[in-house]
Amino acid sequence: MKAALSEASKVEIRRLMAQFPQRQSALLGALFVAQDEAGALYPEIIAEVAEVIDLPVSEVTSVASFYHLYRFSPEGRHLIQVCTNISCLLSGCDRVLRALKQRLDIEMGGTTPDGRFTLKTAECLAACETAPMMMVGPDRHGPLAPENLDEILARYG
Amino acid sequence: MAESFLLKYIQEPDHGEVDAYVGRGGYEGLRRALGMAPAQVIEEVETSGLRGRGGAGFGTGRKWKFVPTDPAVTKYLVVNADEGEPGTFKDRTLIEGDPHRLIEGIAIGSYAIGARQAFIYLRREFHQGRAILERAIAQAYAKGYLGRNIQGSGYDLDLVMATGAGAYIAGEETALLESLEGRRAMPRLKPPFYPAVKGLYMQPTALNNVETLCHVAWILAKGHQWYRDQGSPILYSISGHVRRPGVYELPLGTTIRKGIEAADGLHSGRTFKACFPGGSSSAILPANFLDTPMDYDLAKLDVYGSMLGSAALIVMDDTTCLVEVVARTVEFYREESCGKCTPCREGTVWISQVFDRILHGAGRLEDIELLDGIARGMTGTCFCPLGESVPPAIYSTLRFFRPEYEHHIKTGSCDVKALARA
Ligand SMILES: Cc1cc2nc3c(=O)[nH]c(=O)nc-3n(C[C@H](O)[C@H](O)[C@H](O)COP(=O)(O)O)c2cc1C
Ligand code: SF4
Ligand code: FES
Repeated sequence: MKAALSEASKVEIRRLMAQFPQRQSALLGALFVAQDEAGALYPEIIAEVAEVIDLPVSEVTSVASFYHLYRFSPEGRHLIQVCTNISCLLSGCDRVLRALKQRLDIEMGGTTPDGRFTLKTAECLAACETAPMMMVGPDRHGPLAPENLDEILARYG
Repeated sequence: MAESFLLKYIQEPDHGEVDAYVGRGGYEGLRRALGMAPAQVIEEVETSGLRGRGGAGFGTGRKWKFVPTDPAVTKYLVVNADEGEPGTFKDRTLIEGDPHRLIEGIAIGSYAIGARQAFIYLRREFHQGRAILERAIAQAYAKGYLGRNIQGSGYDLDLVMATGAGAYIAGEETALLESLEGRRAMPRLKPPFYPAVKGLYMQPTALNNVETLCHVAWILAKGHQWYRDQGSPILYSISGHVRRPGVYELPLGTTIRKGIEAADGLHSGRTFKACFPGGSSSAILPANFLDTPMDYDLAKLDVYGSMLGSAALIVMDDTTCLVEVVARTVEFYREESCGKCTPCREGTVWISQVFDRILHGAGRLEDIELLDGIARGMTGTCFCPLGESVPPAIYSTLRFFRPEYEHHIKTGSCDVKALARA
């Protein structure tokens, strides 16, 4: 774990702040900058973000805890988000989830022992035309079938 | 039917390239707008009849008229690109396929309301869309379609990308403004503060959906008459049990049946069972509504919560367990409830518990009345429309598919699930 934000990240956060009439508007983006660098929003990291933007630590913590995409403990290198909302449910996301759990040998929310993948479910990812679908890191994949999962996962080292 | 235009260039391999866009007549709408008075631009949009595509269907020109015209007052335009309504994927399609159209619409709208700064609140998960938009925005600055003195008009506009962080409620306009100000995405009380009067940083703000602004670009480029002649096209996101799910540009008021046909119909051997005609916050309608037009007037059906919403048609065939579908829908709202008001925060939890019981074979016949009762308790009592999105699916399935609930409760099992596996 890294307890300090790099100067580069702080510069990036200040760049975001300069874009908005009020600096707090940069907070959501700043938290992603911090999370990407540190791996998770550890208390020390939150404190640093708060200091750079000049906000109370309690406010930054409260905001961060509201949104689904921030994490407070480390995860695997690649986050797998399997959509389980209606269109994906109708198209068989259950089978995909089962196959993924089996293939990775982890439970929902778990991380593979080698630190490669974390498996989560997600709400509609606005790609229902490719249901059932998932995201791995920033990439969308679908329509999925248990048979084509191996080939997709192999692309992520 | 008129040719499709909103989706015309979506598949072009050069999407996002400003030169290709301009070569096809892009930014002509902005040029034309800059030659008009702002009030005239608003008039043009109002006469076109365009209604907002984010879900509420409010007249776009009318909304812009609420923004005070006093030049001394700072105003903003905010783009709602947080697309999160289950079953909706048209905005993502437009962002990735025709980003300059959106930028052009933003510039026109900002000019019309007198904003010097505009923000795109982009859903975090749209990584590809973010990269495409960032590149397109940089190009637009370089070519003088954004920035200082746009096309020599003397008008300046700064366009800034902002990010969501995973919260469906942030798509609600006042929650979005809170989020854009760097806070928890909790809806604000309105009235008294409608965004057009007191919005971002308490300044007058026009808040518009991505698709809405893409329409604006076309309206200004081709004129309101041409636009009206196209028959008020709208993007329907069609998904679920159809052979070719996708975004379809069809005239407003296309029937559910025609929508399904556009998506190549059902899978062979299947029959239609039900659909959400307007995303998961709309009522679930059975087969006798197939010839209902998907229009804003859908609200006139005597079915509570039947509405066009974000025009997401989710089709369900005879292999669908509606009890499971409604349970999943409620779970979504339960997870995404911001927790600000009790009927929504508690109601979604209670309803979920009842569904859990029914789906696990432990339901009681009284549970049907209980579901209806909790839904009633949420109707008209929630602080924002998220909570009010829960009852329609429940009321409609209790009305049209009650035997399915009864069967689950009496036998503790589901018949249609087996059908799906066969
Ligand atoms: C819970 C909730 C979620 C919403 N999500 C979105 C969304 O993702 N995108 C959107 O454009 N509008 C969404 N809306 C509608 C917005 O509040 C607002 O009406 C719309 O963005 C206005 O733009 P328009 O007039 O161009 O339609 C949502 C509304 C609610 C109540
Ligand atoms: S209805 Fe739900 S989402 Fe809306 S304010 Fe109340 S708790 Fe929050
Ligand atoms: S329901 Fe899965 S992407 Fe929309």
